[in-house]
Amino acid sequence: MTNHILNHLPYKSSFRFVDHIASLSEDGVKGEYTLKPDSFFYEDHFENNPVTPGVIITEIMAQIGLVVLGMFLMLKETDHLPEEEGTMYPLLTSTDVSFYKMVLPGQKVTVISKKEYFRFGKLKCYVEMLDSDNELVARGMFSGIIKKIAIKK
Amino acid sequence: MTREEILAELKKVIAPYTTNKEMLAGIDERTDLIKDLKINSANLVDIIIDAEAKYDIEIDYDSADKMVNVGNCIDVISEKLTEKK
Repeated sequence: MTNHILNHLPYKSSFRFVDHIASLSEDGVKGEYTLKPDSFFYEDHFENNPVTPGVIITEIMAQIGLVVLGMFLMLKETDHLPEEEGTMYPLLTSTDVSFYKMVLPGQKVTVISKKEYFRFGKLKCYVEMLDSDNELVARGMFSGIIKKIAIKK
Repeated sequence: MTREEILAELKKVIAPYTTNKEMLAGIDERTDLIKDLKINSANLVDIIIDAEAKYDIEIDYDSADKMVNVGNCIDVISEKLTEKK
């Protein structure tokens, strides 16, 4: 099941921030990601002094905490992803994150997400990120929806 | 509860989700939650959940779909309150 979800994540290589799902249930998810030292953002953020940008930390938390859990909940409801799976995209609708520690290239982070609710197609979760010393990197409330988007070809 | 009473309570429910406090103070039944109050459409879900807790009612998918402007919200809330009695 967890592999199935990983295979369906709509992100491509440089923007996929989930390596492993450690646990997954209707109430929450725990997953891991190791920051790749050759990621595109380290070259410029900052020059000769690479630090993981806050937006990337936020994205990692959203992909594991909201998207993985959201896809799991949708699969559970319907037994399959919607027919036009190719045109369904997860969208972030709000975040409120506080940051506590820097994350450097090559570090492994763990994201733990607890569901607040999943109703009317919206998933809201309290999400924490910990580093490999189990220290808090960031935490906050995340909400998102999965929306059908018409792609102009 | 009268419609005016529900409107007064509804203002408090909506308040955390709009930054347009002036507009909120002057809302009437025709005020559109998304267009006029600039509420993020996903936050309508939070307003529905907060309204459920406040009035001890349950709002189903079809009713939620109708809650576009303030008047529609009052319709749904008063309908659910009547069903509860």
